[in-house]
Order: sequence, then structure tokens, then C-alpha cells
Amino acid sequence: MTQSVFTIKSNIALTESVYKMTLSGDCSECRPGGFVNIQLTGRFLRRPISVCDAYENTLVIIYKVVGKGTEQMSRMQPGEALDILTGLGNGYDLSKGGSHPLLIGGGVGVPPMYMLAKELIAGGAEVSVILGFNTKEEIFYENEFRALGADVTVTTVDGSYGVQGFVTDAAKGMEYTHVFTCGPEPMLRAVYKSIKGDGQFSFEERMGCGFGACMGCSCKTVTGYKRICKDGPVLRKEEILWD
Amino acid sequence: MGLNVNLCGIELDNPVIPASGTFGYGYEFAEIYDINVLGTFSFKGTTKDARFGNPTPRIAECAEGMINAVGLQNPGVDKVISEELPKLSKCFNKKVMANVSGFSVEDYAYTCARLDKEEQVGWLEVNVSCPNVHGGGMSFGTDPSAAAEVTRAVKAVTTKPVIIKLSPNVTDIVSIAKACEEAGADGISLINTLLGMRIDLKKRAPVIANKMGGFSGRAIFPVAVRMVYQVANAVDIPVIGMGGVSSAEDVIEMMMAGACAVEVGAANLINPTACRDIIADLPRVMKKYGIENLSDIIRCV
Repeated sequence: MTQSVFTIKSNIALTESVYKMTLSGDCSECRPGGFVNIQLTGRFLRRPISVCDAYENTLVIIYKVVGKGTEQMSRMQPGEALDILTGLGNGYDLSKGGSHPLLIGGGVGVPPMYMLAKELIAGGAEVSVILGFNTKEEIFYENEFRALGADVTVTTVDGSYGVQGFVTDAAKGMEYTHVFTCGPEPMLRAVYKSIKGDGQFSFEERMGCGFGACMGCSCKTVTGYKRICKDGPVLRKEEILWD
Repeated sequence: MGLNVNLCGIELDNPVIPASGTFGYGYEFAEIYDINVLGTFSFKGTTKDARFGNPTPRIAECAEGMINAVGLQNPGVDKVISEELPKLSKCFNKKVMANVSGFSVEDYAYTCARLDKEEQVGWLEVNVSCPNVHGGGMSFGTDPSAAAEVTRAVKAVTTKPVIIKLSPNVTDIVSIAKACEEAGADGISLINTLLGMRIDLKKRAPVIANKMGGFSGRAIFPVAVRMVYQVANAVDIPVIGMGGVSSAEDVIEMMMAGACAVEVGAANLINPTACRDIIADLPRVMKKYGIENLSDIIRCV
């Protein structure tokens, strides 16, 4: 964990409610599946946001406006500074991916798949990606994933773009060596039930500190109590206990 | 300049103490600063048996504060002694404060007796004030005779200073503090969190799964100062002040109100270097207010 000040380089809307913020600062501890925790003026708790990409002192985060904090972030301008804790969360274990990993992201679970895909491809893997959205208007980052060289399938629940249905409908019949996934809990449950073999699942929980001190985000797993912020957010498939 | 204070016979380099439940066993914080700069710290509340605590969500945000309903998650006293304290000793070389909670008088006595034997434990901070656990914790701290009974039982089986941590969720905190003093308490710490609640307007349901939780953070500071002042003026044993402390000025205000040491809680969760920063800033603020030794201002108001 490192605490440092970042400067906003750009902050743009990707869809009606999803924004992409690019910041400059020390992101040497940022990794695929990890997150950062952002202090906002006038908000008591920090906002935990997943790492979408990190390279050469550039941090990219993609966030959805869901409350006052993220709404405040969406109004921030280039040049403004943010106090950020980086290097949080265990992140994905890339060594488990094998030769043909399948990455499944749903909604705001899509961003962490980007840095993961980038690093897996750099490591020589043939990466397939399923990006799930409700409708065409909510889609973002399809082209960015294609530019990495990933095999990309987009699903929409209403069928307005790509494959109609859920991410699990697109995964049927696919061959893969390992699954990496992030998305809303109902999607994670569906993926858990439908995939063949091993996988890594990234979970979300309301956090206090984000670095393991307050026990605000604990969950029960097969291997004992875990803190989503410190021992997670990524859990291995075999350790997940659904309530 | 003198930052050192005496807490129940043990000298502290400075009065700043991270509060239980906001600092784990210290090692998350030791990743980013040398925690030996602290006076001491109060480690995560320990119970006789392991506890998972409450369902999630356990956290809600408020203006200038937060509500938590963790529910005393901890691995139980056996594992705290066998696993956590050895790790703690690797990153902290001073006496540490053991925070204890329980569900019966016997629980409190058992857990305190076990931790009392640990060399690094300097003080026992007995939490009779957890608002998040039904049938335990706070029920002992809302009644003077029950608080006194816990105090007597713990004192009977321990050798180290016993500090009773009180709840603000009472009509008359002074009578409870006095009852603990008469029962043999070596010190009083206060305040634990204020019972609070938030509602999610969209869901028309409480934000926290446990419905209610403990309200902490800067917002509660004036309530804490008032109660520290009342208790410090009513008892002759040392008082540790806490509740919303987040700056060197707050530490000094607490000490003027009557605290001989000051715990810092929620501030650690939003700024992991909060305690280090407060300690580093104390000399500046002391100079500004003409304070030569911090121990001189205790209970000066």
C-alpha cells in the first residue's frame, strides 16, 4: 500500500453514467484485479475503484456514477489533485491462466479485465473476453479490448447489440483453460454455476478502510474468514461460499 | 518540549493511541510507517471464542463520520495469543493495550486473565460498550452495578492496569465511571461509538445489515469532549479520551478536557498515517499555544 497524490489528466464520459479518469502519479503497485482508494473533499470515506490500467505513472480507472461520491468525481477537471491509496487488494493470479484463459466482465466489472487481458496477452496467452451489458447504450471498451488482440464477444440482455442474453450464454460451448471474472454478484453466481474447471472471481463489498484494518468487508469462505479488501477482492472458485 | 505522559504507571513517549478496531494488530499500518512512533495502540477487541461478527454491509457513511457494525470479529483469545501477538511484536516493540470484550462476567475475566500473562501487554482495556453485539458488550456498560461487577471480576484475576472503556449511549456516564473506579478500575477510556442508523432511500431499508451501528468520526468530537470533561472531573483515576479525534489540536483539546492520553479511531481508516501525522504536528501546536509539557495541560479546564 502506498499513499500518494495523483493529478487528473482527463475525465470523460464513456456512457451516460460511466466515466473514464486518467491520472498521473506513482502506480507502481497497481496490478490486475487490484484497486485504489480515493479521498474526495467533503466525503468521509474513501471510494474504492478497480484498476483498469496502469503504466508509466499513468493510472486509468473507469467508474459508474452511483452516488454522491462518484457524482462528485464525474465533475472533476484535468489538473485537479486526488489523494489515493494504491496497491490494494490481492489481484488476480495470472500464473493460473493457462494458454486460453476466458475473461468475463459484466457492467462495471469490465474495467479490471482490461489490464488483466493486456498482461495475459503480453505473457503469450490467447485471451477470450466476454463483456456483458444490459443494452447497447451501456457498452464501453469493446474496441479497446479488440486492440489488445483479444477475441471479444459482447452480450446485451435486451439483444440490442452482440449476442442476446447473459455472459453465461456466450460462454456456453467455449473452450478455455481458466476463467477470470468480475461483475455484479448475480452474474458471479451464474458464472460459478456454469463454467467448467477453475476460476477466479472478484467480489464487491461496502468497505471502511480498504486496507484490512476495520473488518468492515469480511466474508466467509471455505478457508475461513476473509477481508474482501485485503485477502480479496479476488477469491478462487473453490474457496467461495455463497450465502 | 515534553510529549511524554504517564498512563497508569507506564510512561508513553506521547499520548497518541490508535483505538481498538481501527488498527487491527498493527501490521497493516507498519507497511507504511514505523508504528513505534506511537505512544502505544489498542489492538482489535478480543473475545474468549472466535467471532465472525455481523453480516455485511457493516459500514455506512455519514457527514463527517461513519457507522460500523462489525460485531467484534476476531479470532478468539487463543489465536490472538498464538498467532497475532507474535506478528505484532515483530513490528511494535513497546507495551501494547489489549482490548477485551465478553458476553458474561466470566468471559471478561477469562480473556483478561489470559492476556494479562502476555509480556507485551501493558494495559487491559475492557470494552463494556460495544453497541453492535446483542446480549453482550454494551449491556454491561449501561448499568453501574454491571460495569462494577465486570471491573471487580477482571481486577481479581489480573496484575496489569485495567482500563474500562465506556459507552456514551447512557443517561449518566459519570455514575458508571464512578462505579468502575470504586470497583478498582485503574483507568477509564471513553467514548465508544454512538448508536446510529442510516436508511437507503431507494431500498427503503437500513444501509447496515445489523440495522444500527456505532457512529464515529469527526462529527462526534464535541460529544466526546463533553463526556471526557464530565468523567475526568468526577474520578481520580486516569482518563483516556477518544471520539472523533483527528488532529493535534483535537489531542490537546481532549487533554485540556481531562484526558491523560488520547485514542484516535476512525481517522486511521481514512488516512492510514493519521496518528503519525498527529504526533509529528504536536510540537507545532504546543508551541502555538505556549505548552511546554503536554502533561501540564491535563484537566486544565
